[in-house]
Amino acid sequence: MQEPAIRIEDLGKRYRLGSLQPLSALRARLAGAGRGAPAEAADPLELWALRDLHLTIAPAEIVGVIGANGAGKSTLLKILSRITAPTRGRVEIRGRVGSLLEVGTGFHPELTGRENIYLNGAILGMKRAEIDAQLDEIVAFSQVERFLDTPAKRYSSGMRLRLAFAIAAHLEPEILIIDEVLAVGDAAFQRKCLGKMSDVALRGRTVLFVSHNMNAVANLCTRVAWLRDGQLAFDGAPSDAIRAYLDSIRAECRALRSGGAGRYDLRAASRNGNQARSRARAIESFSIRDEHGALTDVVASGAPVRFEIGYRHAEALARPTFGILIEKSDVGNLVALQTHIQHGPLDKLPASGRVRCEVRQLPLAPGAYTLSVGMTTGGEQLDWVERYVELEVQPADVYGTGRLPNPRHGAVLVQATWSFP
Amino acid sequence: MASAGDLAQQPTERIVIAPPRGFALPDLRELWRYRELVGLLALRDFKIRYKQSLLGAAWAVLQPLLTMVVFSVLFGLLLGRNRMPTAGDTPYAVSTYCALVPWQLFATALANSGNSLVNNQSLITKVYFPRLAAPLAPILAALVDFALAFAVLLALMAAYGIAPGWGFVALPGFVLLAILAALAASLWLSALNVLYRDVRHAIPFLVQLWMFVTPVVYASENLLTGAPRWAVVAYGLNPLAGVMEGFRWALLGTPPPSPVLLLVSFAMTIVLLLTGAAFFQRMERSFADLV
Repeated sequence: MQEPAIRIEDLGKRYRLGSLQPLSALRARLAGAGRGAPAEAADPLELWALRDLHLTIAPAEIVGVIGANGAGKSTLLKILSRITAPTRGRVEIRGRVGSLLEVGTGFHPELTGRENIYLNGAILGMKRAEIDAQLDEIVAFSQVERFLDTPAKRYSSGMRLRLAFAIAAHLEPEILIIDEVLAVGDAAFQRKCLGKMSDVALRGRTVLFVSHNMNAVANLCTRVAWLRDGQLAFDGAPSDAIRAYLDSIRAECRALRSGGAGRYDLRAASRNGNQARSRARAIESFSIRDEHGALTDVVASGAPVRFEIGYRHAEALARPTFGILIEKSDVGNLVALQTHIQHGPLDKLPASGRVRCEVRQLPLAPGAYTLSVGMTTGGEQLDWVERYVELEVQPADVYGTGRLPNPRHGAVLVQATWSFP
Repeated sequence: MASAGDLAQQPTERIVIAPPRGFALPDLRELWRYRELVGLLALRDFKIRYKQSLLGAAWAVLQPLLTMVVFSVLFGLLLGRNRMPTAGDTPYAVSTYCALVPWQLFATALANSGNSLVNNQSLITKVYFPRLAAPLAPILAALVDFALAFAVLLALMAAYGIAPGWGFVALPGFVLLAILAALAASLWLSALNVLYRDVRHAIPFLVQLWMFVTPVVYASENLLTGAPRWAVVAYGLNPLAGVMEGFRWALLGTPPPSPVLLLVSFAMTIVLLLTGAAFFQRMERSFADLV
């Protein structure tokens, strides 16, 4: 049995909320030293960012840490990096730790690129001789040769980022702790970072990696720990952990809605007043299903999705049409799914039944969308339920580049092929 | 062991992280391991201090020089040229500049070091290093300024035909005392600054007041001649009093400072330094949460 690289036992971290510490708190802080943690009274101004955490990581494991914002991921990394002290528990780390909680920590705009390489390297824990030996490589990796003796304040933000990552990438710790560093930079830069990280992993180093990018986590990690409300909710294979985490997000969304996820009973839904003739209330239900046929109202960008309209009318439908409009509040109508346009005319349908609409790849950027559902018979509107159904689209690596589309740049996702000179 | 051969050769570091308990003094061995970082931070502080300034490092000399001129004129007008508060029979200009040089070292070091944790906020919340490096670096940077001002002091002494006596060899001891006093005060102030930003506003004021209770623009003999022993002890509680008189004695050959005053100054520095170090160490692990 190998000695673990990191052994975390009963780790807890308490934060006191409130902006300014009164002098009495300082006195308590100084006096409270030496004694063990006092009994934790339920102080509303206290928050346990991390609780009862046990985790043992073997050398060369690549562990992803996932969880919602505020789940304690960053707190964990800060404790492991010795930036902040735990309130209770104990951590034992075997090996030299390199932690990268931010790209370019300690970069000074007035110093030149070269000066910043040495300062930043020293801040990350590199020895001067190590930096000397790797200077050429760092400079080549960052592509800032020409500006090496220019103050960093004259750099573009891209150059600064490349230089900062180049330094960090040449850090050679036995244990690497990384927080969300990949969330910055362009696609090529991110690919480079991911490549560098796999390099690190291949050389048998232990990596602890916090990210919201499930794709990167799934690709890189051999094991994933999911934190929820400061506690370890799941620890195991990446695919299982990610599924459990995404399921819990869906469950939470479901809890927020009344009718159960992805299934709407529209019989009681209010119809818009100007649709006087739609008193028929022929549309009874609407469902959203994922690729496995499970009801959901959270769908990943680019994933398959199936909509179902359940209807019931007094007589058989003659020349019916069905339609679903997808809109986003600040953008307007984005997608129209309509039988008469996408399928062609329908002659006759039974008085009640279920209409299915399969979308192979939902071309929508992450965000919240509103759906309207309508049907007509014989050219007359029979029913129209406006903006009642809600759909949440989750971020996903639609293009397989490790990059998530930015919803602010475009609500619709289109597959494209680029060519270059 | 890890599979890579290059890793196997390194001795494995073992780090234990646990809640801080009790009072302890900072880990000086670890600080020594991080000496390159301390040096680079000091270099950074020195380099950026005079970036985009016309006079650059000349400021290090101009500040004590102009202060000396102002007080020469002021006391000359107020007290008359024969009754200047000088040390022994040295000219007032030399006597005062000789004290202003170590004073400037102390004042610059204290002002920058007292704000060091707050100024390095981005580092402290993102990366681990012995926190002691933050207040140490500005003190080392102040030594460069000190060297420049000191060179001008030697030139001034030559111009007045004053040669230092054998007391010269004791000078490094007084420089060290000034640095330790600055470090002691900075340990308290920088750690308190993290909790209460009032400290940031108090520091310039504190430095100003401190200068007037220290024999900088006057000599302590003007104040203490014929004073009772307890007054000398009380005056010596300010560690800088011993430094100033020591500098004048070592360089200008004025009467040596009273041993009582020196002893009290030294003891006070050590007390401040040890308590400051313990307080700093106690607060250290929560800097990132509070800053």
